[in-house]
This record gives sequence, structure tokens and C-alpha cells, in this order.
Amino acid sequence: MKLSVNKLFKKNVKQENGEYDNVATEQKQDEKITLKEKNENSSDETLECPKCKQIFNKKDVKENMNVCMACGYHYVVSADRRIKLLVDQGSFRPLKCKVAFSNPLSYPDYEEKIKSLQEKTGLEEAAYTGVGKIDGYETVIAVLSSKFLMGSMGMAVGEKITNAFEYADRKKLPIIVFAASGGARMQEGIVSLMQMAKTSAAVEKFSTNGGLYISVLTHPTTGGVSASFAMLGDITLAEPGALIGFAGPRVIEQTIGQKLPEGFQRSEFQQEHGFVDQIVSRDKMRDTLAHILRLHCKRGK
Amino acid sequence: MVKEIDERIIQIDKEIEDIMSQECKDEAKMYVLKRERHDLIKMCKNLEPHDKVYLARHKKRPKVTEYIDAVFEDFFEQKGDALGKEDGSIFGGIALYKGLPVTVLGHRKGNDLNENLKCNFGMPGPEGYRKALRLMDQAEKFGRPIITFIDTPGAYPGIEAENNGQARAIAVNLAKMSALRVPVIAIVTGEGSSGGALAIGVANSVLMLENAVYSILSPEGYASILWKDSARSNEACSMMRLTAQDLKEFNVIDEIVPEPIGGAHLNPKAVFKMVDKYLARELEKYSKMSPDDLSRHRYKKFRTIDQKYLNII
Repeated sequence: MKLSVNKLFKKNVKQENGEYDNVATEQKQDEKITLKEKNENSSDETLECPKCKQIFNKKDVKENMNVCMACGYHYVVSADRRIKLLVDQGSFRPLKCKVAFSNPLSYPDYEEKIKSLQEKTGLEEAAYTGVGKIDGYETVIAVLSSKFLMGSMGMAVGEKITNAFEYADRKKLPIIVFAASGGARMQEGIVSLMQMAKTSAAVEKFSTNGGLYISVLTHPTTGGVSASFAMLGDITLAEPGALIGFAGPRVIEQTIGQKLPEGFQRSEFQQEHGFVDQIVSRDKMRDTLAHILRLHCKRGK
Repeated sequence: MVKEIDERIIQIDKEIEDIMSQECKDEAKMYVLKRERHDLIKMCKNLEPHDKVYLARHKKRPKVTEYIDAVFEDFFEQKGDALGKEDGSIFGGIALYKGLPVTVLGHRKGNDLNENLKCNFGMPGPEGYRKALRLMDQAEKFGRPIITFIDTPGAYPGIEAENNGQARAIAVNLAKMSALRVPVIAIVTGEGSSGGALAIGVANSVLMLENAVYSILSPEGYASILWKDSARSNEACSMMRLTAQDLKEFNVIDEIVPEPIGGAHLNPKAVFKMVDKYLARELEKYSKMSPDDLSRHRYKKFRTIDQKYLNII
């Protein structure tokens, strides 16, 4: 599947929306969908695909797992919907790991920002963790939400991810992590950076004890999250067209003073370079995960 | 402020050198200059965070190669990641520390432009991190303690680095370092920026020079991301809390290694002596720990590194 990165990019440059411009663009598109869902149930609301520019009924796109019917463009999907699309009905329960708000840098307006995001997304923080069954196989699941401060990893995200690995280790369960993050959370400074070491150490411990970790990279996975737990999976999957890398494209372009090639840092690029086992579209995700879980379950179900 | 003082000191040193080279030395002028130099250095107390960033990046600040020369003996350099490339921005090998074999490595920035280019100004690609890991794995095999020197503007953001898996290389280092079964001591000597610094910094003890800085990102990058304006980097320096004193308070580092007033570059010998003293003390601390305990100690350290602020309800 080829992505028209150039088109996306031009649009983003115009927006001058910061580090992950392209992400913000797509996110806005997706926010429109969810907002409309809340406000009205009108079935004739339409949506233009940012990739193929075709216009579809929003409700239809939503029913199609937030994937464009024409070109397969994957819209951002909310954390709870991601889980619903994945687990056996009624099998999911969240892990208890509630982290109180803390502001180590006394960053101005940080608390208000978090509170408003909590209201808007219904999430406690950018990570959501729990245990559920996929085709009968019990597994720990962690999902990062790019709708919550770009899925950035501060103390709460680092703790929830670490806690999920520790839980999986204790219960001898596999773990699946859906990454979506711009990286470490700037508002928490050095304490965020330390979450990279904390989470990676937890993965290592879990792995040494024989646990199976499936990492699913979704749009976008960059910075301190890609350079820690997200890139440490036994099996690494990616959704099509996701931006995956260490440095953001804008930073690289500024550093090297040249335009990046088309498709650079996308899932397909990462697979070509040997960092992704399989690119899996959203409609095949549940079956693929069940397949991997089955192959790691010595005695079957 | 320190920038202006430093520029004046460089000027004074040049003037003194000129006088010294003359046959008939102007002693009076020299006295005045030396006096001024002395007074200027004395002004370098109570530095602002951006002053420390300036000192941490000072061209003459002691580098990993000088620390190895001064503090260790019998150094044997090791090159390459054994996977296809040598990355000069990580410098390391085996040496003796007070008779004890150790593995020592660190970011290398180089001392002149030619060297800077060869070591990419201390910004490693994935090959550099894999080279560091190769050396650390060997240290574990032979039971050698590991000492790392951190001084980097960050991991290199470039096409080749992304092609070859910069993110994965850093992630693997963080994971593997956390479980090493030998003592690991990290010393932040200059600037420690982002995951590129932490990738050789998962240590049992993290020491930091008094005027070194350690942060989630360079102040310029931080200002650029949060305020879309890299010119606001001085403001970012204060906001980020990146000084050794801040990090000690955060519990991110264990000890602050004192520097001479005005910065390490003004008296490197004193700095080497101080680093030696702290290093000996830290290594002694871990010398009696079993391999399992060393690994457990490091895990626990990073598991609870945010405890001062983390509150689970």
C-alpha cells in the first residue's frame, strides 16, 4: 500500500503546527469523526479521506474500523474502540493502576491541560491497560492514545506500561502493546526521559522470564517511545502507513538540510529495513494476533 | 554572563601569551591582566542554568579521551560494532583502574574541527550504540566493571541513522544495560541530551559534574517543540531543570562531582583528581555485591527513580 506522503506533507507544512504536523492533521480529521458521533446521529455527515480525497459517509467509515473504504487509509482510532475491535466480547477488564497528577517542572497550565484531556477523551492518561481474551487466549493489552497529548510518555504512561509488564510477568500472560506516541513528555522533563529506562528494564525482565511481547506500532511511534519499549517486541507488527522512527521528520530535515524521500519512516520503510515482522491492516489485526498467540501457546487453548 | 567572562579570559590569556613572548616583558601590564583574570573567574559563582549549558559545551572542557588518559592506565582501544561499521562518536576499550581491569567508554566530540567531523560532534548513530553494547557485553563476560562518560548533544537525527534503526539500537541498550551483572558507573561530564545520553547511562550510580547538564532534549530542541521558537532556549534552560543540583533533587543522579570555579576547562587536572576520587568510592561500594544483586540494584534504581513525584492511588 503506497501512501501519498508528499501530499500529506505539503498540507502539514502549511499548517505549521509543530513537531508532528502530519500527525496533528490526521488527528484533527479523526477528532471530527468522534465529535460528530457525540453531537448528532445524523447519518449523512461526510468525510474527505486525507489520502485519496474521496468523500464518504462518516458513519460508514467508522463502521469500517475507521479505515477508508477506497484506499485503506487508517484513521486514528480511540483506545477503547481499539480494544473493542480486538477482544472477545465482555472479556476485557482494565488493570488497576491509577497515577495521581504530578508536575515535577511546575509546568504552567499543565494540570488544566491534563484535566481537559481527561474530560475530552474519557481516559485517565495517554496509556490504557487491561486484560482480555483474543479468540480465547488471555493476554495483557496496553494501548497508547495519540489523542492524549500526542500519546507522550510521562510518569503516568511509564508507570502504566511498566505495571502491565510486571502484571503479565506475575500471571505468566503474553502482552500486546499498541504504541502511538510522539515520544517522551516534554512537560515532565528529565523524569519523562527516565521512563524510557524504567519501561525498557521492565520489558527485559519480562522477556528474560520467558514472556511473549507483541509490539504493534501505529501512527505515530517516534522519539522516546520508539527508542524504548515499542521497539523491544519479540514480534513487531505495524499498521499500514504509520510514521515510525526515532527523530521526527521535521528535525531530520532541519538537521540535514534536505527533503526526505517519499515514504521515509513509514511502516513499509521500517519493514524493508528489517524492523517490522508484518504490516497488518486493522481488519486483519485480531486474526493475526490470535495466530501469534496460538503459536506460542504450547498446549493450545 | 559566563559567555562574556569566558571571551574576556580568552582575550587576556592571549595578551599574556604575547607579553611572555616578548624579550622585554611588561610586568606591570601582566600583573594587571592576571589580576583581572582572577577577579573574572571569581565572578563565576551562582551560575544561571544557561551559563551551565555554555560551560557544559565549552570547547576546552575535558573530553572522554582525556579522562581515560588521566584516570586510567594501560588503555586498549576497541573499535566497531562488529556488524558492519565503526562509529567514532563512541570511544571505548579496556583499561586498568588502580590495577583492576575495567571497560571504559563514552561519547566523543573531538578536539578540533577535523576530529569533530570524524566523530560527528558526539552524536552517535545506531552503530555507535551497538558498539557500546558490544563492549559492555564483553565487560559482563569477563566480569569487568563498566564506566561510561556521557557528553552528547543527542543521538544523530539523520537518514542513515533511521535506516539502520536508531530507535531500536537505543531501546536495546536501555534494556540490556538494566540487566548487566557487573557494576556500571556513569558520569555526565558535559551535556547529556535525550535518549542518546541515557543509552549509555543506565548505571548503578550516576555521577554528574557540577556544571554539566542532563535533559530530555537540548534546550534549543525543547524550545522549538514547545514554543516553536528555538531562540527561546535560555528560557528553556530554566524551565527544564537540567543542572546537576536540580537532578540531585529529582533523585535522577546520585552524586555531584565539584568543579573548579569558572568551569572544568580552567583546571582539568583538578577535575580528573576529583573524578578519580568519586569513582574509587563508587566502585568500592559495588565491589562486594554479587552479580545478581548488581542487576537487581540497577533495576530497582530505575524502577523507583520517579518516586519523589509518582503517586499511585
